[in-house]
Amino acid sequence: MKAADAAVRRLTRRRGILPGFRLTFGFTVLYLSLVVLLPLGALVLRSTHLSWAQFAAAVSGPRALAAYRLSFFASLLGALINLVFGSVLAWVLTRYRFPGKALADALVDLPFALPTAVAGIALTAVYAENGFIGRYLVANGVHVAFAPAGVVVALTFVGLPFVVRTLQPVLLDLDPAMEEAAAVLGAGRLRVLARVIAPAMLPTLLTGFALSFARALGEYGSVVFISGNMPLKTEIVPLLIFTRLEQYDVGGATAIAVVMLAGSFALLLGIHAIGMVGRRRPARSQVVA
Amino acid sequence: MTLARLTAAVLALSAAAHADATLLNVSYDPTRELYQEIDAAFARQWLANTGEKVTIQQSHGGSGKQARAVIDGLEADVVTLALAYDIDALHDRAGLLPEDWQARLPQRSAPYTSTVVFVVRKGNAKGIRDWHDLIKPGVVVITPNPKTSGGARWNYLAAWGAAQLRTGNEDQARAFVAELFKHVPVLDSGARGATTTFAQRGIGDVLIAWENEAFLLAEELGKERFEIVTPASSILAEPPVALVDRFADKHGTRKLAEAYLEFLYTPQAQEIVARHGYRPRLEPAAAKHPGGFPKLTLFTIDEVFGGWRKAQKTHFDEGGVFDQLYTGAR
Repeated sequence: MKAADAAVRRLTRRRGILPGFRLTFGFTVLYLSLVVLLPLGALVLRSTHLSWAQFAAAVSGPRALAAYRLSFFASLLGALINLVFGSVLAWVLTRYRFPGKALADALVDLPFALPTAVAGIALTAVYAENGFIGRYLVANGVHVAFAPAGVVVALTFVGLPFVVRTLQPVLLDLDPAMEEAAAVLGAGRLRVLARVIAPAMLPTLLTGFALSFARALGEYGSVVFISGNMPLKTEIVPLLIFTRLEQYDVGGATAIAVVMLAGSFALLLGIHAIGMVGRRRPARSQVVA
Repeated sequence: MTLARLTAAVLALSAAAHADATLLNVSYDPTRELYQEIDAAFARQWLANTGEKVTIQQSHGGSGKQARAVIDGLEADVVTLALAYDIDALHDRAGLLPEDWQARLPQRSAPYTSTVVFVVRKGNAKGIRDWHDLIKPGVVVITPNPKTSGGARWNYLAAWGAAQLRTGNEDQARAFVAELFKHVPVLDSGARGATTTFAQRGIGDVLIAWENEAFLLAEELGKERFEIVTPASSILAEPPVALVDRFADKHGTRKLAEAYLEFLYTPQAQEIVARHGYRPRLEPAAAKHPGGFPKLTLFTIDEVFGGWRKAQKTHFDEGGVFDQLYTGAR
């Protein structure tokens, strides 16, 4: 018995239980390198043509700072809105049956498929002063098109599917029996939501939020139509990069891109780290119990 | 046997491909319809003169973006862009053509011109007649972002130049332009975007636009809705054309490309140019545009700004005058 155990352990240590690790790992590294790291590496390399002083000057002007601020907060706000309403949407689409459900489900994917410029033009048409919704908003002094609020609207639009599509499969997997058990044991509805559903959903919520947020940071096409592109007020970071390129200032453009890349990466890494901690917690409580 | 036949077929095909000469003209956005007609006319003439069939391919996009594509390796035989600065970049950044490219064809290599005018809503309620009317209280002006749009750079320089000519003073011109941009609520990234904002979204009292675009706007969106106002003075916009030596030589199309560019100066092409709302260099061709072209005092970028390179550096580069208008730095 002991000898057999040891043999198994040796085997698994050497090879792992699943076959094909080396092949698939090699492929993963190669693929990630070719598709993601190579172009990003070229980007970083190009920015190294600048001296530190040039780099610092390129990324820290008042317009750049204002653009970082707008891009960050508008993306954050858009992702938060999507987190709340996307969760509700995902909940409704997985838990209830109603006529037109398939249609509603398909609608969620539209922001994925629509060219973002089209989305931008459509949103602007709706929210502009003579638009369908805009005329009532402007009459009440609320400016959405050509104002920072417009940026948030566009970013909410493009980010929505990321939250819904991330949550749906996990919600489908969540066994209603657990909620029933909690209810039978005397938990009220809010308590079920807070103690049973929310903990199970937390990592997924974070992933959906991170995806939506990351997508919003990089969005260009739809925002430039609705934002008005006013320096210091409604300029997003990708527009600034585009502006530098238009001046044949490739160094300046890549410098800003590198700052944005580093920022996005740090944020995504942070969100994933929080998600990992969240995922580990229920396991630990089981051990204690 | 089969292999021989296959080889013969391939050879025949490639020979056929050689008989049809092709030319790539990389141009900017609003010239799409203009060059469609010019290309067809040139192909007919070339076929008649040489017996050779020629296909001209067109690529359109923002002027700066197009120049960057050529620098990055889009093998254009000729470029027809919105401003000389973008063709200078082909020399400065990639050495694709000689520095004196602008001296190789007549009239600084610009076979047609345009100018910058105003489009107002029917009735012209705000009484816009000339540049200084644009900064009257309550007037809202639409013009695209000079940082991202070549056309908008002409608009900006037209405003500056007109003010400088009127006041004779650079500081006053700067003050005028600073005030003018306070009347601009939206900076679209391109000229067509600005047109949409003005015409479709109903924002603004005045759209600053190239004359040919203004004609097009009035024609397509209704003369009963818009009026064109020509100011007393404006800039002579000279969209230049050039042979891209390196790629034309690589393709062996130099002769054809040169003939194509020279064709632009012929009466036939000049009439097409006039029909599309650009000002032709040949005076008689101007009659081909219905209603003709209003007279005004035109100044060139060389006269007022000392050329594109200097204008770009002073006004539009990072930290230049345009940035200072917004950041308040000086």
